[in-house]
Amino acid sequence: MNKQFKRSITAVAGAFLAFTLVGCASTTEAEVTESAAAGTTETTEALKIAIMPKAINIGYFAAWDEGAQKACEELGAECDYIGPNEATGPAQVQFINQVIQKGYDILVISAADQNAIVPSLEEARAAGITIVTSDADVAAEAAGSRLVSILPSAADRIGTAEVDWIAESVGETGTIAILSAAATAANQNVWIDAMGPYLEETYPNMSWAGGSLDSAVFYGDDDPTKSTEQFNAILNQYPDIAGIIAPTTVGVLAAAAEKKAKGAAVKVTGLGLPSEMAPYIEDGTVEKVGLWNPIDLGYVAVYAGVLGFNGDFDGSVGSTFEAGDTTYTVTDGGIAFLGDPFTFTPDNIATFKEIY
Amino acid sequence: MSRFHITWDKGVGLFLVFTILLGTFSSEYFATTSNLTFIIRDVAEIAIIALAMAYLIIAGEIDLSVASMLSLSSATIGFLYRAEVPFEVAMVGGVLVGLLAGLFNGFLVTVLGLPSLAVTIATLALYRGMCWILLGNKPVNQLPSEWVNLGYSQIPGTFLPWTIIPVVVLAGLAWFVLHGTRFGRWVFAIGVNSQAAEFSGIPVRRVKLALFGFTGIMSGIAGVIYTLRFASSSPDGAVGYELGVIAAVLFGGVSIAGGIGTIWGVISAVLSLGVIRSALQLIDFSANALLVVSGSLLLISVIAPQVTDYVRNLRSTVSTTKQIQKNERVNHE
Repeated sequence: MNKQFKRSITAVAGAFLAFTLVGCASTTEAEVTESAAAGTTETTEALKIAIMPKAINIGYFAAWDEGAQKACEELGAECDYIGPNEATGPAQVQFINQVIQKGYDILVISAADQNAIVPSLEEARAAGITIVTSDADVAAEAAGSRLVSILPSAADRIGTAEVDWIAESVGETGTIAILSAAATAANQNVWIDAMGPYLEETYPNMSWAGGSLDSAVFYGDDDPTKSTEQFNAILNQYPDIAGIIAPTTVGVLAAAAEKKAKGAAVKVTGLGLPSEMAPYIEDGTVEKVGLWNPIDLGYVAVYAGVLGFNGDFDGSVGSTFEAGDTTYTVTDGGIAFLGDPFTFTPDNIATFKEIY
Repeated sequence: MSRFHITWDKGVGLFLVFTILLGTFSSEYFATTSNLTFIIRDVAEIAIIALAMAYLIIAGEIDLSVASMLSLSSATIGFLYRAEVPFEVAMVGGVLVGLLAGLFNGFLVTVLGLPSLAVTIATLALYRGMCWILLGNKPVNQLPSEWVNLGYSQIPGTFLPWTIIPVVVLAGLAWFVLHGTRFGRWVFAIGVNSQAAEFSGIPVRRVKLALFGFTGIMSGIAGVIYTLRFASSSPDGAVGYELGVIAAVLFGGVSIAGGIGTIWGVISAVLSLGVIRSALQLIDFSANALLVVSGSLLLISVIAPQVTDYVRNLRSTVSTTKQIQKNERVNHE
C-alpha cells in the first residue's frame, strides 16, 4: 500500500511539475502587464477594452486589431487583443466569459456565430459592458444585445461603387459584363441587383453586354479554373466588351491573370484582396480594385464603444458619432456603415499588400 | 498495471484540487461564484458525453462521431421547431435522433463487425452532413426564451447553473452502473479480454450495442443543453468536441487499451481541464498557449502510466537480480 502510494505521488508530481513550470512563466508575464497597467492607472483611469476577433490567428483580424489599437492609443484606453484560435461561437463564448470576469469596460467583437454568442453578450451587457460588433454582426433579431454594429458598406453601395470604378476605367462608354461567384451566392446577387439600374441611370453611354443585366452576368462559382473559362466565354460571346466587373476575390484574380496571359484589352475591376492583386495592380493589368478596410473597421468600432461607454452616444437609429475626422450615422438595424469600399491603386497597394 | 488506475484517478482528483488552488492564488478573478458558474456551464456537454465515452473505451471501443451526434440532435431540434413542432417535443426528438445515430454506429460495429474507429470516423462526416441537410445554411434562432434561459441562467438563490442538474444525475447513474452492477463488471471484462468474456457467457455484442446506444443518447442530451446554452440550432455546432471528450476520458485514467477506468476519474478530469482553462485565461494566456498546455497534459496522461510502469518493472528486475546474486552467493558458499 505504502509503495503504491509513493508511485502515485511520483506520477502526480510529474504532472504538477510540468504545470508549475508553465505557471511560473505566466506569473512573470502577468506581473509585467500588471505593473505596466499600474503605471497608467495612477495618472488616468484608462478604459479597459477587449478586442475580440473571430479567431486570433487570421491575418485579416491582425489588420482589424491594428486599427483598434490606433484608436485606443488616441483615446488613452488600454486594449487587449483576445479571442479563440478557432472561429466558432462556443469558442468565443469562453473568452467573453473572461471579459466579463475581468471586468472590462468595453467589448469590440467580430461575431463568429451570429446566434450562439448572443446569450453571452446579453450577460456581458447585464454586467455593464458596452458592446460593439464590428466586421461581423449578430443576427438582426438580436440587435438589442449590442450598442451598435460597425460594418463595411451598405450592400447596394458595394455594387454601385464597382460600377463607378469600371466607368472610370473605360471612360464612361462601352458594354460591361459581370463575372460573379455562384448563381446562388446571396451577397453577390444583392450587389448585382444594385448594379443593374445604377449603370443605366448614371452612365448613359454605357450598357450591359447583350442588352440586359441577365445576359451580362456569368458565374465562375468562386473556382479559379471555372472563373477563367467564364472570363474567356465573355470575350468570345461579346468581342467588343469594354469592361468586366468581378465582385468576388476569386473571380477578379482569375480575370486579371487571364487578361494578362492573353494581353486582352478589356478592363477589369472588382472586389480583390490587395495581397493577391498586388502584382496585377503594380504592372498595370488592373487599375483599381476595392474591398473593405479592416483597419478602419477596428478603429471606428473602438471610438463608438468609448463614446457609448461615456454616454456621449446611444446607438439609436439616426444618432451620429465621430471617429478620426469622419462622422458616422447609425442606420436601420443599429448599423453604422463605413461608407464606400476602400480602393487599392498603384499608390497604396505596396502598403496594403503586406496587411491582408 | 491493473492496480495502477486506482492511483491515477486519485491523482487526477488531487490535480483538480491543485488547479483550483493555483487558480485561486494566481488570479483574484478566479475564485468567484460567477467564474465557477462559467466553468460548470462550459464543461456540461463534454462531461455528459465523457461519461458514455468512458464506458465505450473501457469496453475496448471508441466513438468519434459524438460531436456530430450532438450537433445532429441540436439540428433536429431546430428543424422540428422551425416546422412548428412544440419545442418540448422537438427536444425529445433530438435525444431520440441521438439514440438512433448511436445505435446505427453500434449496428455497424457489432452486427457487421466493422472496427469502431473506422465506422465512427465515417459517421462523424455522415451525421455532420445530415445536419447541413436538415438546416441548410440557415441556423434557427428565436427559440422559446423560458427554455433558453435554462441553458445559461442559475438555479434561483445559488450560483449553480441549471445545467449542473443533468450532469450530476447522469454522473451518479453512470458511476453506480459501472462500479456497482453486474453490467458494469461485464463492461470491464469485455475490455480486458473480449473473447474470454464471450466464453464466460457475457452477451458481448449486445452489451456493446447498448453502449453505443447509450453514447448516442448522452450525445443527444448534450445536444439539447448545447441548443439551449447557445440559444440556437446551427448545422456547424460543436465541431471538434470529440477531441475534448476523448482528452478528458484519457486524462481521467481510462486506458485507451480498454479494461481500466473510473467515472470519478473522468469527472475529475473534465473539471480540472475546465479549471485549468479558466485559470490560464484569467492570467492572460492566449488561445494558442492554451492549446499547448492542454496538449501537454494529454501527453502526460498517456506517458505517466507508462513511465511508472517502467520504473516499477525496473525495480522488480533489480530486486530479482539481487535475489539471484544472493542465491548464487549462497550456492557458492
